[in-house]
Amino acid sequence: MIDATAGPAPAPRRPGTAEIAVGGIILLGWLVMALGADWIAPYDPNAIDLRGILGAPSPAHPFGTDQLGRDVLSRVLHGARIDIWMGLVGVLAPLAIGIAVGLVSGYFGGAVDMAMMRLVDITVAFPFFILVIAIVGVLGPGLMNYFIALALVAWVAYARLIRAEVLVLKRAEFVDAARTLGFPHRVILFRHVLPNALGPILIYAWTDALLVILAGASLGFLGLGAQPPTAEWGVMIADGQPYVIQAWWICFFPGLAAVTLGLGLILVSDGLARRHQVDQ
Amino acid sequence: MPQITYIGRRLISLIPVLIGISIISFLLVKLSPGDPIRLLLGPRATDEAVAAVRLAYGLDEPAWRQYFVYIGNVLEGDLGRSIRYRLPVSELIVQFLPRTLFLIGYVMAITIPATLALAVIAARTQDRLADQAIRLFTVLGMSVPVFWLAVLLGRYFGAELGWFPVSGWGEGFTGHLHHLFLPAVSTSLWLIPLLVRNLRGALIEQMESDYVVACRAKGLPEGIIFRRHILRNSVLPTLHLLGIMVAFLIGGSVVVEIVYAVPGLGALMVGSVIGRDYYVVQGLTLAYAVGTVLVTLTVDLLTAAIDPRTGR
Repeated sequence: MIDATAGPAPAPRRPGTAEIAVGGIILLGWLVMALGADWIAPYDPNAIDLRGILGAPSPAHPFGTDQLGRDVLSRVLHGARIDIWMGLVGVLAPLAIGIAVGLVSGYFGGAVDMAMMRLVDITVAFPFFILVIAIVGVLGPGLMNYFIALALVAWVAYARLIRAEVLVLKRAEFVDAARTLGFPHRVILFRHVLPNALGPILIYAWTDALLVILAGASLGFLGLGAQPPTAEWGVMIADGQPYVIQAWWICFFPGLAAVTLGLGLILVSDGLARRHQVDQ
Repeated sequence: MPQITYIGRRLISLIPVLIGISIISFLLVKLSPGDPIRLLLGPRATDEAVAAVRLAYGLDEPAWRQYFVYIGNVLEGDLGRSIRYRLPVSELIVQFLPRTLFLIGYVMAITIPATLALAVIAARTQDRLADQAIRLFTVLGMSVPVFWLAVLLGRYFGAELGWFPVSGWGEGFTGHLHHLFLPAVSTSLWLIPLLVRNLRGALIEQMESDYVVACRAKGLPEGIIFRRHILRNSVLPTLHLLGIMVAFLIGGSVVVEIVYAVPGLGALMVGSVIGRDYYVVQGLTLAYAVGTVLVTLTVDLLTAAIDPRTGR
């Protein structure tokens, strides 16, 4: 018997939706604050006010002021720009290289594959952070050189993931069909193989963004990343460290900002992973 | 004997990796801007002195010959000299290494039992309250910058409560334990979440496998299934964790040593990068990579010894 009074059963929510929604809202919030920092921030992030140094959080300065009297809230907001930018470039550059290497390596195999996978083995033999520090050390401190180091080091994870997917996909029937129809390799790779290989890679990319941002902030903290007076969260924490006993807020708020941004990234990554698991 | 052939193959696969590592560490100095010999001898060195050292290091030779000179020196234990410390790099590493090893051992002593406990609880209470709480902790822990945590813990437990020292590494075993407590805890609080997430997944995978269904069908109580069967089969995933840990332990030790002024390899590394002490950076990078390779090798060989199916 059909119960005519009941409405259509609510569609079961796909797993991971809640995580993706909460994480997405956090990330969107940070994106808006980063892009709108010029209008949202109450002060110029680099405006020095020597009469108001080490001021505790107050209505005029909700996050307090630092050792040069700069407004910590404004610096945190402007810092979001640098740290989100780090995550963006630090993921996209290795991702692009990793996709190119993984596709060619997995699809064509042979000597290129051998050589590329040996290069991957060698790169992962180094502890990630050590190799990045060493490369930055050779090139000199700075954000640009951090990106170069990442491009040199971080592509291997993506290349491995893509290659593993491609090895499975190139035996799939629809790829065989495309080959039989005489499509050129370029079309098969980019129109047929790549879109289907991206799933797990995109899940990993969100977690990777977190690692890249944390490593970048660590470099800033060590004096090897973004350079003062740039408002970058790691740099700000290093600035505040000598004053942490009398002015905890200089260190505290940039770190809290990093935690919330990281939370957003992990939630999205987890949600996507759950969804992917169910889809399989 | 498939295990012997596996070990043989595994050892042979080390050769290209070790050669690659040596090439990369060679390039670190080769590609660095400025003349390392000028840096080594100082700004007032005469041209003759510079020429003499260039000859001794073989720097006038083509790059590939220089590489072989470098390899020859490394195999004899000569990693070059530090400009800042005026000591052989190998001596510096031997001097700084124990502090970092102590810290890493300390972190592992905290991390491994805590990870096992949390992962087991999370896996057994899958999706219930305890699991959700642990999940919240792991998600938060992963997004925390470890140096920030270290600075805040140092401020509260070190400066405010005065329970622990916030710099140096102390005298004697108990002194080290006391001094390195906060550095070790900071690193662990960030590392445990990462490992718990990994191990929880592996445990759940075991819990859903066919042999567990067979045990249940036989009517074994859940507790016995877990202790006798699932835990035993989780030795390998745990061992695998150790392999994952190394790189994170080393990376974490670098920042934490800086925050707490622990004179270990990480602090040496950062100081040398900032001071452009290229041969130290080169030697340390090489040493770190070789160390990581050896740990990974040990984990793989142990895995093969425990599970004969590995590598077939």
